[in-house]
This record gives sequence, C-alpha cells and structure tokens, in this order.
Amino acid sequence: MTTPPVSRLRAARLLTHTLVAALALVIAVPVAWVLFASVKRKSEFFGSPWTLPEGPHLQNYLDAFVTARMGQYFLTSAFVTVLGLVFVLAVSVPAAYVIARYEFRGRRAVELALLAGLFVNVNYIVVPIFLMLVDWDRSLIDVFPGGFFIDNPAVLSLVYAATSIPFTIYLLTAYFRSIPVEYEEAAALDGASRFRIMTRIMLPMARPAVTTVILFNFLAYWNDFIISLTLLPGDNKTLQVGLLNLFTAQKAAADYGRLYAGMVIVIVPVLILYAIVQRRLIEGIASGGVKG
Amino acid sequence: MTTLSTPPPGSTNRTSASSDASDVFEASKQAPSAASSRRGVARVPVRRRGDTRFVLACLLPALVLFAVFMAVPTVNVFRMSLYTWSGFSPDMRFVGLDNFRRLFDDDQFVRAFQNTVALLVVVTVVTMGMGLFLAAIMTRQRLRGRNLYRFVLYIPNVLSVVVIAATFSAVYDQENGLLNGALRLLSLDGLQQVWLGNQKVVLYSVAIAMLWQSLGYYMVLYMASMSSVPEELYEASALDGASAARQFFAITLPLIWQSLSTTLTFFIMSAVNLSFVLVRAMTGGGPDGSSEVLLSYMYKQAYTNSSYGYGMAIGVVIFAFSFLVSLLVSRATRREPLQF
Repeated sequence: MTTPPVSRLRAARLLTHTLVAALALVIAVPVAWVLFASVKRKSEFFGSPWTLPEGPHLQNYLDAFVTARMGQYFLTSAFVTVLGLVFVLAVSVPAAYVIARYEFRGRRAVELALLAGLFVNVNYIVVPIFLMLVDWDRSLIDVFPGGFFIDNPAVLSLVYAATSIPFTIYLLTAYFRSIPVEYEEAAALDGASRFRIMTRIMLPMARPAVTTVILFNFLAYWNDFIISLTLLPGDNKTLQVGLLNLFTAQKAAADYGRLYAGMVIVIVPVLILYAIVQRRLIEGIASGGVKG
Repeated sequence: MTTLSTPPPGSTNRTSASSDASDVFEASKQAPSAASSRRGVARVPVRRRGDTRFVLACLLPALVLFAVFMAVPTVNVFRMSLYTWSGFSPDMRFVGLDNFRRLFDDDQFVRAFQNTVALLVVVTVVTMGMGLFLAAIMTRQRLRGRNLYRFVLYIPNVLSVVVIAATFSAVYDQENGLLNGALRLLSLDGLQQVWLGNQKVVLYSVAIAMLWQSLGYYMVLYMASMSSVPEELYEASALDGASAARQFFAITLPLIWQSLSTTLTFFIMSAVNLSFVLVRAMTGGGPDGSSEVLLSYMYKQAYTNSSYGYGMAIGVVIFAFSFLVSLLVSRATRREPLQF
C-alpha cells in the first residue's frame, strides 16, 4: 500500500487547477476582447491589441445597426428562427408521439428512415435543395413572376424545420416512451379524445424534452449561415450573413469597429439565453448527446 | 445502422447493444422516475376505432417535409453525380462515372481530401484527449468554481461559426492580432507568423479554432457520462492505494467506453462539417487552396464553377467517406459493455 504524501497530492491538485483556469482564460479572453474592441476608435486598432479602449465609442454600434443594416437583419433572423421553431414543433411533436405510442404498419421503416436522416448533414444537401427551389420557382413563373421559394424567409424556416426533424423526433420519441402509459389509459377511460390526450396530457409532461429541443434548434437556426446564404440571396439577409459581409468588407477596408460592434449584436442574445438556460442545455447534452 | 448501435451516454441499464434500430430510440436516456414502469416496446394506450386516421394525421406532415427536403435532395446528390450540368441550362448530359474518374486526376481535390483527413485525425485526437482529461479533473477533483469553468468552457459552442471565424481573424491578424501582439509583449517576436496566410501554418490555425470551438462540448458530454460511474468504485480503489491516473485508466475509461464510442462517430461527422463552415468563413480555402476541405471544394465547384455534376460527385465521396469512417470507428471501438 503506497499512499502518496499529502504535499504531492496538493501540488498535483494545484497544477491541474492552474491548467483548467488557463484553458478557461484562453476561451474567455478572445470573446471579452471582442466586447472591448467594439467600443474602440479606429485609430486605436493600430496600436497594441492588448490596450483597453480609451472610452466607449458607441458610433460603431450606430454604424453597424443603421449603415450596415444589422438592425434589419436582426429582425429577419428573429422571424426565421421563431417560425422555424413553430414549424418543427408543430410537425414533430405529433409524429414523435404516435411513433412512441401507437403500433402501426411501417413504424419500423419510419423509424429507420428518420435514424438514417440523423446522419445526413444539412450542408451536404444544400445544393440540391437550392436547385429544387429554383426549379419550383421556374415552373410557377406565371403565378409568381418574382419567384416565391428563393429569397423567402418563411421558406428558409421551413427548410430549417424539415432538416431538423430527425433529431427532434429522436429526442422527443425517447422521452415520450419514458412516460408511463397509465396516465393516458386513465384519460382514455374518462373519455378524452386521442388528440386531447396528446396535447393536454402528454405534451405538458414532455416539457423538459420540448425545452431541450427548442434550445438546440434555436442555436442551430440562429447560428446557421450556409443555408441562409444560399436561400436568401437578396436584400433580406439573416444576421449571420450580414456579419459575414461585414467581415469580408473589413478585410478590404480595415473597418474594424463596425465589425466588432456587429459581432456583439450577434453574440449578446445568444450569451444571455445561454446564461439563463445553461443548466437545461447541459442536461440536454447528457440526454441527447448527438448534436455536434 | 450499425454505427448507432451503441446506446448514447446515460443509458447504463441495458445489458447488450443490439443493432436493432428501435432499440437505439429506447436506449437513449430515460427520465429516472419512469425507468421502472417502462418494460418492453411501447404499449398502446387503448385501441380504438379511427386509430389509423389519427396516426396518419400526426405522421404525414413530418414525413412529407422529411421526404421533400431531406430524402429527395440526398437521392439527388447521388443522381446528379452521374451527369454533367452547368445548373441553369436544360442541357444535362449523362456521363456515368466520368465525374469520379476526373476526381483522381484533380490535384485540388486530392489536396482537399488530405486536408480533411488531417484535420479529422488531429482535431479528433486532441479534442477527445483534452476533453476526457478535463472532464476527469472536473468530476474527480471537485475544483472550486467548477460551475464557472464549465460555463466558460462551453461558451464557444453557442457562438456561430461566423463569429468564431471573425474572432480568430482578430486573434491571428498579422499586424494587430492578439497572438502576434502577445508574442511581441513577451519579446518572442521570432515566433510571429502570418497565421492565415502561410501555406504551412494555415491548417493548424484552422485546427486550433476547431479545438477551441468543440472542446467544451465534449468535456460536458464526458462529464455527464463520468458522473454515472458509482462513487464506491473510486473509494474502494483508493483504499487499495490506486493513484488518480490509475483510477482513470482502470475505472473511468472502461466504464464510459460505450459513450466514447458513440460520440466518436458523431464527432467525426460533425468535424467534417465544422471544418467546412470554418474554412468557408475564415480562409475561403486559401491561400491558394492550402486550407481547402472536401465540402468547401464541393461548394466551389457547384456555385463558383457551375459544375454541379462534378460538385455532386464530391458530395458522394463525402457521404461515402463519412459513412465508412463511422462504420470503421464503431467496429474498432466495439467492446462488451460492462455492467456496473
């Protein structure tokens, strides 16, 4: 039996603690730096990057919101994200419920297809989706001369919702199955309709899973730029695409302040949400563990 | 779907992982209170007339959306890879496997493939190693302020890739960047680099951004599975004089092996994707194609070059590649699940 001396244990603890703290700094410093840089004057960007801002230079934010139209893009992003969440919940909750609770022909086939869908990353299939929508627009050219499917935020929401169906149904089905059937049996004996049982009894009980699904999908929709870059080529951009444009413009014109102000506008809502719901989000990872 | 046949973390109550798809659904983590009342396959509440209509009404909207926006486009990737097509013209010519034959002679494709593999290997090994190490420290050592550390380390995972790309451009900037600025402060000027402009360095710069983004996620994931390992095992082995390192390799690692194996599969798939979105926003594949990855090259062929057929052939390679790697990984990491 060899127990290491207490002093060596303490030293090891100190070492690992320092290591973790250093890593946390490496993560936190760039993010904090962006917050500081967003209130710097243009001249301040040409000294050492490690100086604090001289004073809050809020003109950057005005530039970002108005001149770079980040305010308008913010609204588009909010609209697309909320509508996408409404779509995905409206179709996935009922589907997950019947998959979890009803025995029907082809259930296994449906489950297998959705499981395979977990492996199809959206970014693999954006090109065919884009071409398909262009094609639909072309065949509807008499009805909508300006096009309907491309450059339509609602269609973007629908694509977001559709491509997150496998993940959403996967999580919800697992949760529905974990709820005892006795509640539904009792409600059915009391004469509640199937629809009522689903919406009034099962849905409230599945609230933790629904919250998890909303969180992960919110992050996915809000943070996406590949799909929105492709499907909204016009003026009506999402926040991420607007930021990407600011980022590209900065490379040419060295207009740093506006870019960092734009970044803060994109980061802050997500950080606030994260701070509020971090416990839920982390439990969500523990239960789902598949969304990377 | 053998790749998913190991149950996700948290489900330790199953004796064996079968390759049955519906098992996977059930095996995912259950609400603790309900675990005992759930035996066997889903029970139907009460059979009544009109069930079929209800099932169809609930199922159809989801299935239609899934079919139109996922199944059909996926099939189209494969179909279009057999044609040459410039996109908007009706001129679409069947060329069989010609697109694939051309891939082998395309130096840029070969380079993109090599970059993808290199990024996958490096980022996977480092992220998983560091994630495991951190998770072990956080769960075993009960550090003071560990909730704060967890909060901070997970932040990059909620940030968008555009934000991360822009942040890292600020870090890597040649003149006014944080990294070169810090090196100057430390009088290590010799180590300064053009982090995103040097062909030899750019891939590592991308790899570090990927590590920065995903480390916290995997740490949290492993912390969750490690917390389900019973405390008694550690107490007993500590009485026998086992060191922390010994405990890690003899207790923690074998007992969370199942969830490691599952996450590895998903890690690889999400890394293929993350490398693309980062490269797209941060370097655009440059300088001179030295940071191009498979997906970004596919986009370039499809949109910039309007060779949709050729682009989709690259898409098929990506599908096949990630499927094969997942399959190999899940085979290679298969172990008899341990009971505890």
